Amino acid sequence: MLESKQILQDTICYHCGDRFTGQPICIDKHDFCCQGCGNVYELLSKNNLCDFYTIDENAGLTQTIPVLPGKFDYLNDNDVRKKLIDFTDGHISKVTFFIPSIHCSSCIWLIEKLNKIDARIKQSRVHFTKKEIYITYSNDMQLSEVVLLLARLGYEPAIHLNQLEDEVKKENNNSLLYKIGVAGFCFGNIMLISFPEYFGLDSATQKAFSSMFGWLNFTLSLPVFFYSASDYFVKAKKQIMSGNVGIDVPLALGILVMFVRSTYEVASHTGIGYFDTHAGLVFFLLIGKWFQQKTYEGLSFERDYKSYFPIAVGVIKNGLVNSTAVSKLAIGDRIIIKNNELIPADAILLKGDAWIDYSFVTGESDPVNRILGEMVFAGGKQTGQTLELEVTKAVSQSYLTQLWNNETFSKHADNRLGTFQQMVSRYFTYALLFIAVSSAAVWLYIGSPSTAIHVFTSVLIIACPCALALSSPFALGTALHLMGKKGFYIKSPEVIEHMAKADVVVFDKTGTITQPSQSTVQYEGGTLSAIQEMVIANMTANSIHPISRQINEFVGVQNELVFDTFKEIPNKGLTATFRSDTFKIGSVSHVGIEMPLQQNEQLVTRVYFSINENVIGSFILTHAYRTELGDVLNQVSKHNQIHLLSGDNDKQRTQLSQYFNQTQMRFNQTPEDKLNYIAALKSNHIVMMVGDGLNDAGALKAADIGVSITEDTSHFTPASDIIFDASAFGLFPNFIQFANSTLRVIYGSFVLSLIYNIIGLFFAVQGLLSPLFAAVIMPLSSITIILFTTLGTTLMAHKNNIN
Amino acid sequence: MYILIGSSLLLAIFFLVSFILSVKSGQLDDDYTPSVRILFDDKPIEKQKDDHDLNHN
Repeated sequence: MLESKQILQDTICYHCGDRFTGQPICIDKHDFCCQGCGNVYELLSKNNLCDFYTIDENAGLTQTIPVLPGKFDYLNDNDVRKKLIDFTDGHISKVTFFIPSIHCSSCIWLIEKLNKIDARIKQSRVHFTKKEIYITYSNDMQLSEVVLLLARLGYEPAIHLNQLEDEVKKENNNSLLYKIGVAGFCFGNIMLISFPEYFGLDSATQKAFSSMFGWLNFTLSLPVFFYSASDYFVKAKKQIMSGNVGIDVPLALGILVMFVRSTYEVASHTGIGYFDTHAGLVFFLLIGKWFQQKTYEGLSFERDYKSYFPIAVGVIKNGLVNSTAVSKLAIGDRIIIKNNELIPADAILLKGDAWIDYSFVTGESDPVNRILGEMVFAGGKQTGQTLELEVTKAVSQSYLTQLWNNETFSKHADNRLGTFQQMVSRYFTYALLFIAVSSAAVWLYIGSPSTAIHVFTSVLIIACPCALALSSPFALGTALHLMGKKGFYIKSPEVIEHMAKADVVVFDKTGTITQPSQSTVQYEGGTLSAIQEMVIANMTANSIHPISRQINEFVGVQNELVFDTFKEIPNKGLTATFRSDTFKIGSVSHVGIEMPLQQNEQLVTRVYFSINENVIGSFILTHAYRTELGDVLNQVSKHNQIHLLSGDNDKQRTQLSQYFNQTQMRFNQTPEDKLNYIAALKSNHIVMMVGDGLNDAGALKAADIGVSITEDTSHFTPASDIIFDASAFGLFPNFIQFANSTLRVIYGSFVLSLIYNIIGLFFAVQGLLSPLFAAVIMPLSSITIILFTTLGTTLMAHKNNIN
Repeated sequence: MYILIGSSLLLAIFFLVSFILSVKSGQLDDDYTPSVRILFDDKPIEKQKDDHDLNHN
């Protein structure tokens, strides 16, 4: 009996916009991909909230993984709750959550309407750029219910271990705004007061007013010097102490010299000083800093890796499983660890077949087998069936934090690639000091000590590298923002510079240059019974490999089964036993059969399904390359070497050799091979790795720049510097070009600021610097640099079609 | 003359204080969400009204 399943037409889910094959669930004439999405729709329509779908089309978040009601029970624990909520007066409580999945205006609309769904929520406000929500709810509602409601709608808050550990320190961003306000106020008034002096007072009133204006300026610049500019002194001191001289040293020096000299001039009635330049400089610098802070705000990479930490675990008490906060675990508790869950505490294995992956702790990714009665240690990840453990050591949260703060997750700490600004500012500082000292020495030699001091201070004042300090933040910040708009999210501004320097780009195959959502799955072989379909669905659900996920989608949602044993062999397949039958899904070698290979199946992967070593049938996955692949690879290869690493066999070698050099393609690569390959390349290249984030974490981490392509940008990708929305794949070469152009804009602005400095120095070394001259050139140079970098970067973006 | 200088300073101080107060009140915390929020219309709840009418007729 041979029968092959009909390939169904692609349908778009009304709620989440996912394309899917298979029978849609139909509610109110709308199609949904899964019951989860349908449930959200019903919840919304029941509460008259269907406007959600008219603001942005298909804005919902996919709900294929149902939320279990007991999942958040640990939040009701008093200690846990106290640490999470911001405020309570016994009747109402306020709480702040970070929700990574907020992505569009529909999200804002829906989340701010929570009170329509549950009246016990008094108010909910969204801060879109921070992806935070502030909820006020009445105390007859449990915190777990609030979170459950959010999770049901697809907005599960990210609750982190460190949030539970300490009181969260609310970062005070406002201090910078206060400093800007004060500096701006003083700058404006000092300038106003200095005008009469510049235009010349008539001789009758000159004396009285000149002195008064001088002291007024002095008073006004006190808050600038002691309050607004304080950060620069602290930082400069740190840099000098560590011997790592950066841009803050000449800045602080300039500010200090300006203030001291101006005070001296006013006190000795020799001049009016540089108070206006002083206040203006600090004002512009702070604005640059504020701009930088703004660009960082939208990026939430740093918080992400902590979402791996288990914060709650299932504990068996009186035969029931309760979700309990990890910090509440006591010795002797029996805990349940499912596939892909982390073990939160050292424990003894009571039940189940343990295959524990300690890669977070040791970096070694091959799972280790443990038998009943053996110890398992905190930090391991179970791969396989559900385990039952008895806790032998209470959890110290900081121990866990420590565990994961190790190398595996730390950023590229090695300063292999410094930034342009770091490099320049070091030379700049030394050159500046050299000019100041030597010109002062010349004047001393000529025999004019007072001019020598005048020249020395003038040089430090006029060459204060305000423009240099502004150019990188503005150019990179603008670039970051523009690229983010196009679905190219960069972890930090330095990454743009590193991108421009990369000379080798390594691509992964499955999920990177092929497009998972465009591949088709077919089944060929004996008809599957309902129970067999259920087995396949459950086996594949336990694996994160892209092929498993595709088969899982193809089979559709099925009831949950509990296997007696389950095991995933990386790059081979899955094995499970259920009711004394052994099921295998995987490659030819995994199911252990000899089957004639179909001829010329180039873009096809066959995955076999067997029961007790009898092959029942096979899934045929037809890959589709991303539509823009040819263009992208041709473009990128113009400027960079391109390599290919694939975990699959080399069936597609001939087809891919039109893009890649034969020697630069590797097939049948384990994750470890990929990592080694990258490491070897790094010895004489700067390497950018493009992968799909989950299976290539090691290689992405090893590369100088790790780029992960994802169909869903709210996915977790710990090792990457760049997260890249797959829909923007065609623009990939443009992004690389744009990074280059941005770097050129920075070079250009550097030359521009050098020209200003040289003009200023020309007058300063001759002792001709006047306060008026400084007061004009400083804001002029700052503003031109800001304009040049932002406009230049925007123009380059236009040129590269990123706008 | 001195009065003019003094009053101009006072005016500037007034603006500085009002700026600080606006920062403190959280007015400048979020510069994006309010721009979206203001565009949402509250739809009148028609369904209930219809039910109401039907009951009367």
